[in-house]
Amino acid sequence: MAEVRLDASAFEHVTATRDVQTLTRPSLSYWQDAWIRLKANRRALFSLFIVIGLLIFTIFGPLFWRVDPSEQDLDQVSQAPFADRTARIVDAYQSWDGVMALPRGAGDTTATPRIELAQPATSQAVRLVWEPADLAHGYRIYRNIYPDDGGSALGLPLGEVFTPGRVSFEDRLDLTARTYHYTVVALDQYGAEYPDHTSIAVEVARVITAAQAEERGLVESAESVAVGDTLLLPLHPLGTDYLGRDMLARLMHGARVSLFIGIVAPALYVFLGILYGSTAGFLAGPADQALMRFADFVVALPFLLFMILFKIAFGIGPGESGILPMLVALVLLSWPATARLVRGQILQIREEGYIGASRLLGARTGYLIFRHMIPNTMGVILVTLTFAVPGAIFTEAFLSFIGMGVAPPTPSWGSMCNEGIKTMLTHPHELIFPSLFISITVLAFNLLGDGLRDALDARMRSRE
Amino acid sequence: MSDITSDTEDAFARTAGKQLLWLGLLAIVALAALMFALGWLSQLTASGAVTGEAVDVRERSISLAMSGEPPQLDSTRATDQVSGFVLGHVMEGLLRYDPTNKLVPGVASRWEIDAAGATFWLRENARWSDGEPVTAHDFIFAWQRVLDPATASEYAFILFPIKNGEAISQGQLPPSALGITAVDDRTLKIEFERPIAYFDKLVAFVTFLPVRKDFFERTAGRYGADAKDLLYNGPFTISRWVHSASIRFEKNEFYWNRDAIMLNVIDTPYITPDYNATLNLYKDGKIAVAALSSDTLENALVQRWHLERFNDGSIFFLEFNYRPGRVTGNYNLRRALQLVTDSGELVYKVMKLPGNLPGESLFPVWLNGVDGLFRQEYPARVHRIDVEAARRHLELARQELGLTRFPPLVLLSGDDPLSNKQAEYFQNVYGKQLGLEVKLDKQIFKQRLAKMTAGDFDIVMAGWGPDFADPLTFGGLFASWNLNNRGRYANPELDAQVRVAENSVDPKTRMNAFGEIQRIIYDDAVILPNYERGVVYVRDPRLKGVVRRAVGTDPDYTSAYLSVD
Amino acid sequence: MTRYILTRLLQGIITVWFIATATFFAMHAVPGDPLSNEKATTELIRKNLEERYGLDKPLHVQYGIYMLNMVKGDFGISFTQQNRSVNDIIREHFPVSATLGILAIVFAAVGGVLWGALTALYRNKLPDIVIMFLVILGISVPSFVFAALGQLSLVTINDWAGITLLPVAGWGGVGHMIVPAMVLGLGTMAFLTRLMRSSMLEVVNADYVRTAKSKGLPATRIFLKHQLRNASLPVVTVLGPAIAAITTGGFVVELVFAIPGLGRYFVQAVQQLDYTVIMGTTVFYGAFLVLMVIIVDVIYGMIDPRVRLS
Repeated sequence: MAEVRLDASAFEHVTATRDVQTLTRPSLSYWQDAWIRLKANRRALFSLFIVIGLLIFTIFGPLFWRVDPSEQDLDQVSQAPFADRTARIVDAYQSWDGVMALPRGAGDTTATPRIELAQPATSQAVRLVWEPADLAHGYRIYRNIYPDDGGSALGLPLGEVFTPGRVSFEDRLDLTARTYHYTVVALDQYGAEYPDHTSIAVEVARVITAAQAEERGLVESAESVAVGDTLLLPLHPLGTDYLGRDMLARLMHGARVSLFIGIVAPALYVFLGILYGSTAGFLAGPADQALMRFADFVVALPFLLFMILFKIAFGIGPGESGILPMLVALVLLSWPATARLVRGQILQIREEGYIGASRLLGARTGYLIFRHMIPNTMGVILVTLTFAVPGAIFTEAFLSFIGMGVAPPTPSWGSMCNEGIKTMLTHPHELIFPSLFISITVLAFNLLGDGLRDALDARMRSRE
Repeated sequence: MSDITSDTEDAFARTAGKQLLWLGLLAIVALAALMFALGWLSQLTASGAVTGEAVDVRERSISLAMSGEPPQLDSTRATDQVSGFVLGHVMEGLLRYDPTNKLVPGVASRWEIDAAGATFWLRENARWSDGEPVTAHDFIFAWQRVLDPATASEYAFILFPIKNGEAISQGQLPPSALGITAVDDRTLKIEFERPIAYFDKLVAFVTFLPVRKDFFERTAGRYGADAKDLLYNGPFTISRWVHSASIRFEKNEFYWNRDAIMLNVIDTPYITPDYNATLNLYKDGKIAVAALSSDTLENALVQRWHLERFNDGSIFFLEFNYRPGRVTGNYNLRRALQLVTDSGELVYKVMKLPGNLPGESLFPVWLNGVDGLFRQEYPARVHRIDVEAARRHLELARQELGLTRFPPLVLLSGDDPLSNKQAEYFQNVYGKQLGLEVKLDKQIFKQRLAKMTAGDFDIVMAGWGPDFADPLTFGGLFASWNLNNRGRYANPELDAQVRVAENSVDPKTRMNAFGEIQRIIYDDAVILPNYERGVVYVRDPRLKGVVRRAVGTDPDYTSAYLSVD
Repeated sequence: MTRYILTRLLQGIITVWFIATATFFAMHAVPGDPLSNEKATTELIRKNLEERYGLDKPLHVQYGIYMLNMVKGDFGISFTQQNRSVNDIIREHFPVSATLGILAIVFAAVGGVLWGALTALYRNKLPDIVIMFLVILGISVPSFVFAALGQLSLVTINDWAGITLLPVAGWGGVGHMIVPAMVLGLGTMAFLTRLMRSSMLEVVNADYVRTAKSKGLPATRIFLKHQLRNASLPVVTVLGPAIAAITTGGFVVELVFAIPGLGRYFVQAVQQLDYTVIMGTTVFYGAFLVLMVIIVDVIYGMIDPRVRLS
């Protein structure tokens, strides 16, 4: 038999070795892991760049495109992008006394006045003179964008001339450089139209006075240009709005209001909603009931009324921006939807096995909520958040529209949409550009939200 | 391994997809069923707006859209335009306007007016829609009710020319003390408080319509709230009124002049203020008349419709605040603003609706003077823009007020898009030409009124529509005692002229007074006229004889007829 | 169950009372005079009007009177429509809004669940991408644009067909409802689609689904019973408030399509500071909302066995 020799060393403690389980990869925290997965998501990364691009557009855009967004260019109202903008210099507008004519001798019983131009037609004014018609007690002047087709459609009724003997009319109404067809119709003593009429086609030239050119900064001084010179009116790459204001500049400045309201308000109220909802869901029972009844109460409050109240409470005077009270009203009144959603999810999750397991392992409440429950509601939360962005932007638009939002002339995307919808068919660019920017913002936040959801989803973590 | 999973996943997706398709089809069927169920239910709740065609020549009926619905149809308390339109079709006063805007007999077949009073002889065949005759007592009841302080009628002031009218409305005398008596059932005698030159024009106004006492008392406070709570004596009756949905007018068989009424039915199955919606309805052949806005004009041109224009008689202007402590009390500041305010540019470049006329005076162009039109007899001052002079006046104002620089001016405006556009235009003009900072105070209706009444503004965008066809409806506006003088302008010279116009019955003297008022308003830059409102609209060519007017029922379909030529 | 519902109803009444109180005092704190009008009136007339509406009494007395009347079910007389009671206004116009709202919400819910499930099923494939693009379009274009576009397309279709296939505006039959309800429900549908997709994706990999699959249950059963049912829970949660939001938020659609709903009154009342109509509509909608929430919670408890109603 072999003798077993035991020496003292056999009774020494084995030293714990650290290298039994070598981690082949560095340990990652939840957020580091999320960031890595977000980076791997090309769409999310792309949308992140869009968001950054929008911020650059908002913050640095005005530094490069130094056009005042409230500068009105009434010579280029509702101009489409890259429209022709050459203009001729003319003298300043002088009011016109018109032309009087005596009725001609009897015998000529025509009721169809022949029309002439009193002077070349410009976008400043078109001055018409016609031969007097004996039967006429007055004249009505029409302007059309189509030639007279013999039908009853003569175009816009510009006005009537009832002054005895007057055979002239001056048109200054919204003249643009295009061809107009003017028609003068003689009227009988009751103001009814005679059936015959004649038309004249008028080519209107775009003009500007030297003084206006100087004012707009197009020339050094009014003296440096002569009447008859041509020059280029200010460039508006995205066209102009209903008061001739530069769309690009308005979009840049409008982004400040819209993105601020559209990002900050949802971020705040969704956060508030998460806190509230998860507390209610976690506590459950009577506390949950009480909290949710309070949420119901808040939802039912009339937003408009409280918006007015907050505006007064904040002492917002005329012409001052109402962004802050709007933000407060949005945050204080909009959280219950998120809260309900989160609470519903938490109520589900708290029954899950892993929560029970974690609790058994001695997890504290805060750990349970922040480590297990909220990450598992991330999907739903991000959806609400991405939808809250356009929601807040449109709320701002609605409020601006009824005079409780930002003070004019400060633009915002939403209010630009509001204005654009009315001329949707004739000047589509006034609706399309602001809508496009809102869409891009929403798209970016949606993709980013998607990416974040995937990245933050705890269950996706182990997947490669 | 991964291939197998994705295969089963795909198979799963296919099955699930098929299932979704079935669910979707089921949902569509269920939705359709629900829709029909709800449709059937909603017909039970009887909004029942039968949507006919714009014009039915055989049935002699037309369909229209209204911009809003009348708040109520009690003529003694009606204030708004829509109520005026409806009441003008279903009621008739002593006198009415004919298609050429001349006053013609209504319930009264003849009348006499002198300096002391008036007498109206009522026609025998004037009847209420229940067949009872319209008597002098119906007018007495209505007019006493208007002045009774308990009624709280906002138009009580319009009856003040009648003897004791003002005292009754102040509660100093009982309503029975009103200077109006029924000599018999068909003779109405009125005593005046003071001589009045335009009483015949007054009695054509809504507030002077008759109300029958026994019927009024039967409605127990609901008079005019619904179709059945109103008794009619005009060309039409309301056969159905579904609130904020439709009002249907039918020819009144008891109307004394029923043979002259050509339309059998006027239906208004659409109530919306949206211009695009009305344009679409017209395009779809559902309504006979559609008003256009500057934004929908070009669409109408493309459709090759025949367009018409008309001035509705109201004027719009910038009103200053003259209360102490307001810089706008300074003449030179106002003059400076006046010299850069170009109503032509506002109308032609900003508002862009051909119906509007650039404002030149407090008195609109349609008012009659001594023989012809007032504005042709008393032309408004020719206004020229002069930026240099404006800046000089501004400098003077600055020195007079002892300011180093001007505080921001608060421009109070409404919340509708049109006034918004104008306010932004003014803000830009005054900023650019005079370097004045203008703060826009956009307010919803009641808040704006509250601020106007309290004087919480520097400049306010205001407007005024005429109540009767006499220049006094405009001329008296800035008298120091007029409650509608929201800026509290007070000028003894102007007050004196208003007194002359009120108390004189000589046309020449009165028109001279109005001419003076027009001069003072311009020379003292009391207000800055912006525009006289106009409307551009398109009308179904088969509908003829529609009358538009500045004072009285507008539009007036009582003389309208249908023809297909 | 009955006990639970009764408790909830009792709580609901308290909630409504809170809503009424908060709105009452907020409304009176807003400056502006509901009795003022374009034409100025004399002091005496004002005083008489104030008396008629009881505005001459101190605020707490007005509050007491109002609450007492409210309990009796009397919401008072409108300020702007002087001869009409608020009860009449609600009775006549709420059914219209409700009809439109129900249709819109059903449209939104059904569409949302179906589209959402579809996108989750075909994640990152063509159907998903197309639908998500439409969803983003649906939420980034405001409802007033959709209303205008919807009406315009109706006109164009009718014009092209030569007859009125669907009425352009107005109220009265089935035809009047289809397009307005679709426009009204569009935003909510987009939201629900997105929500459904997200919760579907969470459910796809849930343990019970995996268990069901490994048990060899048929795919149809897994999809319907396990995935769809579980994933639609968040949709049900937001449905309650969404119903109320859609029914009250019909302002734009009602205006454009000339529909005589209550939404118009609700917004105009605030603008006109019509005290009684503000109170009437707010309290009524508050009660409606509370009721909807209770119904949704009960349904929730039925769908989700994990949530116990107690």
